[in-house]
Amino acid sequence: MAILSKEEAQAILKKALSFSKADECEVTLSGNIGGNIRYARNEVSTSGAEENVSMSVESRFGKRSGVATINEFDDKSLEKVIRRSEEIARIAPESPEYVEMLGPQKYITTKELFDSTAKIDPAYRAEAAAKSINAAAAKGLTAAGFLEHYTNFVAKLNSKGLFAYHPSSVIDFSVTMRTEDGTGSGYVTQDFSDASKLDTGKASQIAADKAVNSRNAKALEPGKYTVILEPAASIDLLQNMFFNMDQRNAEEGRSFLSKAGGKTKVGEKLVDERITVYSDPTNAEVPSAPFSGDGRPQEKVTWIDKGVVKNLYNSRFWAGKTNSKSIPAPGNVIMEGGTQSLEDMIKSTKRGILVTRLWYIRAVDPQTLLYTGLTRDGTFYIENGKIMYPVKNFRFNESPVIMLNNLEALGKPQRISGSLIPPMKIRDFTFTSLSDAV
Amino acid sequence: MKRRNFLELTALGFGGLMMPSIPVFGDIISPERLLETVDPALKKRLADVALNSAKSKGASYADVRIGRYLQQYVFTREKQVQNIVNAESYGVGVRVLANGTWGFAATSDVSDKGIAKAAEQAVAIAKANAKLQKEPVQLAPVKGYGEVSWKTPIEKNAFEVPVGEKADLLLAANAKAMENGANFVNSALFQVNEQKYFASTDGSYIDQDIHRIWPNFTVTAVDKASGKFRTREALSAPMGMGYEYMIPKASEKIKGPEGTGLTGYRYAYDMLEDAALAAKQARAKLTAKSVAAGKYDLILDPNHLGLTIHESVGHPLELDRVLGYEANYAGTSFATLEKWKAKNFKYGSDKVNIFADKTQKGSLGLVGWDDEGVKTKQWDLLKNGVLVNYQAIRDQAHIIGEKESHGCAYADNWSSVQFQRMPNVSLAPGKTKKNVDQLIAGVDKGIYIAGRGSYSIDQQRYNFQFGGTVFYEIKGGKIVGQLEDVAYQSNTQEFWNSCADMCDESDYRLFGSFFDGKGQPSQVSAVSHGSAHTRFNGVNVINTARKI
Repeated sequence: MAILSKEEAQAILKKALSFSKADECEVTLSGNIGGNIRYARNEVSTSGAEENVSMSVESRFGKRSGVATINEFDDKSLEKVIRRSEEIARIAPESPEYVEMLGPQKYITTKELFDSTAKIDPAYRAEAAAKSINAAAAKGLTAAGFLEHYTNFVAKLNSKGLFAYHPSSVIDFSVTMRTEDGTGSGYVTQDFSDASKLDTGKASQIAADKAVNSRNAKALEPGKYTVILEPAASIDLLQNMFFNMDQRNAEEGRSFLSKAGGKTKVGEKLVDERITVYSDPTNAEVPSAPFSGDGRPQEKVTWIDKGVVKNLYNSRFWAGKTNSKSIPAPGNVIMEGGTQSLEDMIKSTKRGILVTRLWYIRAVDPQTLLYTGLTRDGTFYIENGKIMYPVKNFRFNESPVIMLNNLEALGKPQRISGSLIPPMKIRDFTFTSLSDAV
Repeated sequence: MKRRNFLELTALGFGGLMMPSIPVFGDIISPERLLETVDPALKKRLADVALNSAKSKGASYADVRIGRYLQQYVFTREKQVQNIVNAESYGVGVRVLANGTWGFAATSDVSDKGIAKAAEQAVAIAKANAKLQKEPVQLAPVKGYGEVSWKTPIEKNAFEVPVGEKADLLLAANAKAMENGANFVNSALFQVNEQKYFASTDGSYIDQDIHRIWPNFTVTAVDKASGKFRTREALSAPMGMGYEYMIPKASEKIKGPEGTGLTGYRYAYDMLEDAALAAKQARAKLTAKSVAAGKYDLILDPNHLGLTIHESVGHPLELDRVLGYEANYAGTSFATLEKWKAKNFKYGSDKVNIFADKTQKGSLGLVGWDDEGVKTKQWDLLKNGVLVNYQAIRDQAHIIGEKESHGCAYADNWSSVQFQRMPNVSLAPGKTKKNVDQLIAGVDKGIYIAGRGSYSIDQQRYNFQFGGTVFYEIKGGKIVGQLEDVAYQSNTQEFWNSCADMCDESDYRLFGSFFDGKGQPSQVSAVSHGSAHTRFNGVNVINTARKI
C-alpha cells in the first residue's frame, strides 16, 4: 500500500481528522517504495528494498502543539494517534512563534512521478550494476558504485480545509572507477525523476575515461587558477549559498547577507550580472512538489536576478512579525546558463583546470561563506583549448560569492541533485595546497 | 520496511563531520514509553525463530538483532523550546551466510511469522548474490557466550529525568549566555538508548542496554554597526553516560591554560559555566587580532584534538576503506596494506601511541559485545609512531592475519546491516607529569586551539585543514590574547611526525562524534577519542578572513 492515490490518501486523512477534538489539527500521510544496490571491487556488496507509509498528526490547543506518528491505519489506530498528539499538545509549553494553520490553498500541478522509475525491480537494479561493472572490467578498472531509487507520495489535510497531494519519483546513480595501480580515479553522478533517461553503462564510460586519463598526474603549484567546474563539482558550494538565503538569519545579523547597520543585501548586486537563479516546480527537467512541507504553495521565485539579490525565503512566523512576504524555501534551484557545451568551454580556455568533483566541503567562515574542500576523481590541466594532462588534487579555500563574481563563462545547464546548474568557468579560484590523494 | 526519517534542522552549529542532517529513527512516542523494555525471554524465543528459519532454508550461519532504538532530542533557542522529539524504532534484522555469501533482510513485524519471512528473504538474497561472488566469505571464529547481558554503567537514566527539567537546564544555559553578551544561542540535548538483543548460530544470546548523551550549544555574538558576527561552540563532549554527565562536579573539572578562563570537562559538564564563558569569548572574537599566516607550534586541547584523531587516524585505518569498499563515497586510504606489512611505516613521531578500543569508561563506543556478538577489547593501531594494525571485523580478520575480529561491527538500526565502524581511537597521554601551562611554557611562537571548528580532509586522508572554536596566541611561553581566522593545513604523516609532547594522564579526557557518517545508504555511528593536551611543532597556519 506504499503509494496511495489521491482519493485513497484523502479518505484516510478525512477519517483521521474526524477523530480530532483539538482547536486545530493537521494530518500528513507520506509513503515510499524504494530500492538500492551497492557494489565495490567489481562485485555487488549490498542490495536492499524498502517500503514505508507513515502518518504524522499535529494537534493544537491555543498556542500549544503536539506531534505524534503512526504506521497503522485502521480506525482504532487513527483515533489512537490523534488522541496521542492531543495529549502531547495539552502538556506542551505555549509556542511564542505560533502561527495559525493555513486554510485551503491553490496549487499548480507538477509532473514528478514517472512509471519508468516506479516499476523498477531487483532485476533492473542488478542489470544497472552489471552494466557499470562491465564498463569498468572492460578497461581493467575497479568500480565502486551506488544506485538508489524511490517512488514517493505526500498528502496533507487540516481542520482549516487545506488539502494537498503530490506523487514523485527519483533515481540517483554514482560510480567511482579506479585503476588497478591506484594512480587514476574517475567519477560520474546522475539523477533523474524519469529512470528511462538513465543509462548506467553510458554514464559509467565517463568515469572509466576519467580514471584512465587521470593516471600519473603532475603536480602544479597551488595558487589562483581559472577553473571549469562541472555541475557535479559546483553543486555543493552553490547549495551551501542558496540554503543560507534565509531572511530571518539575514535580519538577525548572522548571515552572509547581513550588512553593517542591521540591514540586509536584498536589492543589492551580490554577484556577476550574468548570474540569474530561480526556482520553478514545473520545470520538466527538475520537477518538484507544488507545495512546501508546511503547505505553502511553491511557485516560480527569482532569488538572484542579473546578479542582484531579489528574494530570501522567509518563514510564516518571521513574515508576520516583520510584516514581510512569506516565501517557502525552494524545492529546486535553476541557474540560467549559456549554450556552450563543456567541450566548447574547454576549447575557449587558454590556461585552466577542469574539475570533476569537489569533496569534503566544510564551512570555514559563515560570515563570508568561505568553504574549504578538495578536488577529486578527475582534475585536468587545460592549455590552448585542449586537455593536456591530469594534475594532482588541490585543496581550495573559496566563497561561492567570490566565485560568482569571478565569472568568465556559463555553459548549458544540466540536472544535478534535483537542480539545473551550468558548467562554469571561473577565474582566480583559490587553491591553497596540494593533496597526494587519488 | 525501513522506519527512518531525517529531521532537517536549521539550527546553527551542528555541522561538521559527514553529517548532512540529524537523523531521527522511528515513530514519535510519548516520553513514558522511553522507559519501557522488552522481556529477554520473549526476545530469545523470537531470536530462535529467526535462526531456525534461516538454517532450515540453507544458511550456514545466521545472526539476528532485535532492536529497540530510543531517542529524545530537545532543541531550544534563547528563551524558547523549539522542539522535543521522542522517538522509538522497533524491529528485527536477520543476516545470513548462504552459499558463502551474505544476505540481509529486516522487518518491523516482530511476530514469529514476520521474523521467519525476513529470515527466508535474507537467505534468498544471499543465494541470488552468490552468483556474483568471487570468493566465499571467511568468518573469524567467535565463541558462543550463551545467555548474557550488559548495560552502560550509568548512574542516572536520562529518560527518567522529566523533559521539563532538561528544557529548563538548556534555557538556563541560554540565559547565562545572553547575560554575558550573546545575541543568539541555540542549544540542544541529545539522548539515545539502544536496547539490543543479538543472537547467532554460534550460540550467543546477548542482551544489551546502551546509553549515550550529548549536550550542545552554539552562541552567536553580533556587532550590528560593522555587520560582523562570530560563533562559539560548546566545549561539552558527547558521552556514553547517563544524566550524571549533566551535573557539574568540581572533581571532573580540569583547569585550562592561564589567561583563557577555559575549563576542561572530564566525566561531568557544567553547561551554565561554559555558556557564560562562550558568550564572553564570542564577543571577544569580534575584535580579536586576525592571525598572521605562517608556521606555529600548536597546542591542541582534547576537545579539539579528538576530531583531528578521528579524521586523520581513525578513518584511514578502517580496513574496509583500505580495501576499496568505500571508494565511491567516504573514499579509500593512504595507509595501504604494504605500509602495514613493512612494519616500519612511521605514521607519527615516537611519542605517538594510538590505540583502539570499545571498552573505555564513559566513551561512546563502550559496549560489552559488538553487533556480531564479538566481545569488545583494546588493541594498538600506532605503536611509538609505527603503523601496527587496522580496525577489522569477522569477515576481514583473515586479510590482516588476525585470528579473531577486533569487535567493531555496528549497525545504526535494526533495519541496517552491520559493517565495520570506527571504535574509540585515542592518543595515549604522556608518561611525564605535565599540565597544560607547563606544556605552553615551552612554546615560543604558537597558537592554542580549543573546541571543534571545520574539519576537511581528502578521500585518502593525506591533506587536511582543521579549525577550532576559540584560539589564543602564545608568545614566549605565555598566552597573550585571543586570535581569529585560524585554520591549520597539513599532511597526516607530516603532522603526526611533528607531535612533540603531551600532558600526562591527569589531563586526559574524551571528545567524539555522535553522528559519524559512512556507507551507502549512509549510517551514523557514535565514537569517542581520548587525549591530553598535545603539542605539534611548526604547523602551517593560514588566515581565513575574506571580504565579499
